[in-house]
Amino acid sequence: MGRFISRRLFHLVFILIGVSILVFLMLRLIPGDPAHLLVGELASPQDVARIREKFGLDRSYPYQYYVYMKNLFRGDMGTSIRSGVPVSEEIAVRFLATVELSVAAMLISSLVGIMAGVISSVRKYSLFDYASMLLALAGISMPIFWLGLMLMYLFSVKWGILPMMGRFTMGFDPHTVTGLVILDSLLKGDLALFTNSLKHLILPAFTLATIPMAIIARMTRSSMLEVLSKDYIRTARAKGLAYRTVIIRHALKNAFLPVVTVIGLNFGLLLGGAVLTETIFSWPGLGRYVVDSLLARDYPAVQGCILLFAVIMVVVNLAVDVIYFYLDPRLRTDGKG
Amino acid sequence: MKKGIWVSLSLSVLFLFAATVLAAETPVKGGTLTWGRGGDSVTLDLAQATDGESIKAGIQILENLVMFKKDSMDVEPQLATSWEVSKDGLVWTFKLRKGVKFHDGTPFNAHAVKVSFERVINKDHPFHKYGTWRYPALGLGPVKEVKVIDEYTVALRTEKPYAPLVANLALWLCPILSPTAIEKYKEEIGRNPVGTGPFKFVKWVKDDQIILERNEDYWGQKPHLDRIFLKAIPEVSARYMALQSGAIDIADDLDPDSIQMAKSNPNFNVIERPSINVGYLAMNTKKPLLSNKLVRQAFNHAIDKQTIVKTIFRGLAIPAKNPFPPSIWGYNDKIVDYEYNVQKAKDLLAKAGYPKGFDIELWAMPVSRGYMPEPVKTAELIQGYLAAVGINAKIVRHEWGVYLDKTSKGEHDLCMLGWLGGNADPDNFLYGLLSADVTKPPAANVAFWENAEFTKLVKEAQAVFDKAKRASHYLRAQEIFHEEVPWVPLAHSTIVRVHNKKLHDVPLRPNGLNSFQMIWKEK
Repeated sequence: MGRFISRRLFHLVFILIGVSILVFLMLRLIPGDPAHLLVGELASPQDVARIREKFGLDRSYPYQYYVYMKNLFRGDMGTSIRSGVPVSEEIAVRFLATVELSVAAMLISSLVGIMAGVISSVRKYSLFDYASMLLALAGISMPIFWLGLMLMYLFSVKWGILPMMGRFTMGFDPHTVTGLVILDSLLKGDLALFTNSLKHLILPAFTLATIPMAIIARMTRSSMLEVLSKDYIRTARAKGLAYRTVIIRHALKNAFLPVVTVIGLNFGLLLGGAVLTETIFSWPGLGRYVVDSLLARDYPAVQGCILLFAVIMVVVNLAVDVIYFYLDPRLRTDGKG
Repeated sequence: MKKGIWVSLSLSVLFLFAATVLAAETPVKGGTLTWGRGGDSVTLDLAQATDGESIKAGIQILENLVMFKKDSMDVEPQLATSWEVSKDGLVWTFKLRKGVKFHDGTPFNAHAVKVSFERVINKDHPFHKYGTWRYPALGLGPVKEVKVIDEYTVALRTEKPYAPLVANLALWLCPILSPTAIEKYKEEIGRNPVGTGPFKFVKWVKDDQIILERNEDYWGQKPHLDRIFLKAIPEVSARYMALQSGAIDIADDLDPDSIQMAKSNPNFNVIERPSINVGYLAMNTKKPLLSNKLVRQAFNHAIDKQTIVKTIFRGLAIPAKNPFPPSIWGYNDKIVDYEYNVQKAKDLLAKAGYPKGFDIELWAMPVSRGYMPEPVKTAELIQGYLAAVGINAKIVRHEWGVYLDKTSKGEHDLCMLGWLGGNADPDNFLYGLLSADVTKPPAANVAFWENAEFTKLVKEAQAVFDKAKRASHYLRAQEIFHEEVPWVPLAHSTIVRVHNKKLHDVPLRPNGLNSFQMIWKEK
């Protein structure tokens, strides 16, 4: 198991090198000069040249890449062209905001999705099954933008029960332990900030959870249905095991493999930032940052973000594989051999 | 007796009335202003800023030697108390305000001015490397030397006489920062701005909020508000909803539909001001077709600006006839615009030798700006107008960076662009966008129009220090522009600010340099 993980982490280095070359080249192949975008409509040629020189954009591509990688291995992701601030700092704050939102969204979507899926499969063709699968279909096809604005209008403007934007009410001073506002306020015992930030999280997390929730529910249902028709389930029932035990211990555990994959994949995607949800709810996350940086052709910022996404995807996939080990005994022996 | 009762009754009614009026007009101290805007600031060191959101926030914290007056685009003292220009027009001597302190306690003096300016213009200055200096040509570019005469006197020397300098100094690009803070924060000064302004910087949560608080030691009239929260709400409907729910007091940059809704809402105030911008269609005079003046005049007759203003700007603009708007001094209102007249346009085309029209490329801006809110729809409208006079225009689109790059190299026939003249000086538009000096790629004169008389006039005006005399140069220059028409000037937009009625004395300067010092909020 340890060897498996270290081997995968070793692969990560090559994946990152590959990704870095690809991103580096792709960014420079898209038309648009960062220096020109930075100084705007009325830049003098000297201004543009000065800025190109400052950020080393006047050097050859291989040289630029060499410098970037050299700094990267020293832990320096470069300086944002747009703001002049180290990219690592810019990314760190926003990534934590994104983590908070994605974790909440994944918790909601997994809990509700799995429960709905299990109940639907057990009560196949019941009213609950039809209703929840119809809802799931609606959830998948719902434009997030519209849903977010509607929730905001109803819960914040019309009924005034939930805050409409941001991570906490302005003026609160979040404690900085981990950077996750909710966790930090709990650690510091700041109940006011905890409830405040939790309330702020509800609408965006629910909006963001809609699509994964629907996918997870449908996936759980179909996977459960398949397992429930297996012989060993009938055997377990025949042995006289309680129905509940059969469903949870025998069926769900076996039906879980594809569900875990879907959860992992969605979680990885959410950690990359959710542009729409972040934009609607003014959530200062990574999704908006990547888009803004890309539009400004802020090469170091985009490169930093994409490398981070690559790491996230690899780590999440690794975590999914590790969970497989625990769920499926067959894999454990394969892994050792 | 009866008379006496009436007199005292009416007097007391009058008194009551006066009391209520006074109560409503007396500023209340305290309170928090929450200001919803479309995006976050990039940097609060305004000498490095190019975006409106940075300027909006930074202008509360930092101050300049001079500033635009509250109600006009004339310049008045801020950190300077007076200034004079030497006879040869090369040396500007500023007397500085005494007893002013930066937010970190550092005293404001000539040394602070020298450091703040030299870090921008002097490559060898130790602080030069701490910033990315943008637009020097609009700000301190013409200044060659900053000299400390004594503790409260500083002299700026320019290479050649440059009359617009004092307007440049009022721009956001020339703030005075605490030298101690610049040394302490180095590259990070933009995230830890220390100035002399009415509000102090407290905290910045990136992409989310900036918090400012009242500077209790402010040298001028102290602000009424305790705190300002600047909140980034990127989605425009969410921004309007936030205003409705009371979560914010001011909503910036709303869409025309929300503005209409706000106008009919009794809780909101909608302020409108003419902007100091221009949206235009530039004709590349280096292309054989467009080098013909008659063709360019035909374009001016062919396009219906009134309809563009009505439909695209939904009335929040005025049609343009000159390169800069009437809110700026030196505007030539005697000029009669080319009327919208299809027949005249056709006749001019026939006279130019194109009775059957021709094919041409029309480049549409890919991004929306105040001076061009819906560029693609505008391009489609123009395409329609041109078709009516027999010109077949093909709309060409590029990504913004590419668009700026290619138009500045002159690869287009017709291209749409615009300009917001921050320092409200005619020079900014006439020399900066239309003189022959700026036709070399990357050119700002995207009509690539080289008119010797025009260029001579606007260059001479730079060295004239008498405003009336300068204005006469500009009046004539506009006549030449009108005759030669390298552009179809389209519109000058109106800027709008929507705020909660509880706020009073909300400023709206056309160049976006609005201090919130005087704003007060009803309890």
